[in-house]
Amino acid sequence: MTETVKKTQENIAQPHAVPWFVRGLRDGVPICMGYFAVSFALGITARGIGMNALQAGLMSMGMVASAGEFAAIVLISSGAGVIEMISTCVVVNLRYFLMSCSLSQKLSPDLPFYHRFLLPYCITDEIFGLSSAVPGYLDPRYSYGMTIISVAGWTCGTVLGVLLGNIMPPFIVNALSVSLYGMFLAIIIPPSRKDRFIAALVAISMAASGLFSVLPLLNTISGGFKVIILTILIAGAAAFIKPVDESAGKEEEA
Amino acid sequence: MNPGIYLSLLIMCLTVYCIRMLPFIVFRKEITNTWLRSFLYYVPYVTLAVMTFPAIVTATDNIWSGIAALVVGLLAAWFKGDLFFVAISCCATVFLTGLFL
Repeated sequence: MTETVKKTQENIAQPHAVPWFVRGLRDGVPICMGYFAVSFALGITARGIGMNALQAGLMSMGMVASAGEFAAIVLISSGAGVIEMISTCVVVNLRYFLMSCSLSQKLSPDLPFYHRFLLPYCITDEIFGLSSAVPGYLDPRYSYGMTIISVAGWTCGTVLGVLLGNIMPPFIVNALSVSLYGMFLAIIIPPSRKDRFIAALVAISMAASGLFSVLPLLNTISGGFKVIILTILIAGAAAFIKPVDESAGKEEEA
Repeated sequence: MNPGIYLSLLIMCLTVYCIRMLPFIVFRKEITNTWLRSFLYYVPYVTLAVMTFPAIVTATDNIWSGIAALVVGLLAAWFKGDLFFVAISCCATVFLTGLFL
């Protein structure tokens, strides 16, 4: 209750001359440019498995998820069934579940309920990060502004990747094909530097994934299920070995 | 049981939307189960690591440029960490090694 009052007062005490929606549009510009480059590579990957520009564009507009769409392309190309599609999507995109949990705590109790159906569409790594950084309660219009401009870049990049992928010389396509993996490394490596346990987790995950792709029998498991099996096993074991809440609690006490 | 490409996309888009939407509707309070919180916390690291390796090595048409991209990507992420800088570094590495291999 005191927290509620405090958060409201913060927002009243610091009124912004620029409306939140416009601030969102402005902060969305750098996200948009980055998304364009990455989604262009995604479009090339989609084209590689035979998707057309409309399909890839709809995928990007509907999902707005880098790793998730990458997994979706793998699933479509491997002719996966419905159960494998849903279960892989759930596992690969589980981090959005956590982000939504976190951001739901930043909404004012007075906020109209329909925002709880619109905001989920805005949950990406970058938009979540900036939305969480807002002091006090989040004005959803800030997230909507960022989302409109960055999803435009994300979708255009994907469509152009499909359309221009064949005009592009192979050496450029080759080069762009690793950009998504570079982005994944940029997400997992900096926390590994700060936390040895996460570093070990990343190393074990990569080693296990490598083993799954070379060992007989294991290498017949499809890419989607490999991700599910290894994630549940390794992250599940990690949660037993080192629960995050306990260490966080100890740090707060100390 | 393999649906067509549009139906596949619809199923996956709805699944991803529901994952993002459910916490806003269901979890009005914070999750208290420690194991579940820890599991969800570790998931992205494991998932992304599994998806990155060994796929990055075989993504290009030459395995050595893939390995070089992995090494440069790891170094760039370790020392700089910026999302787009790392992505561009990996691309540049494949481009440059492609000139010699």
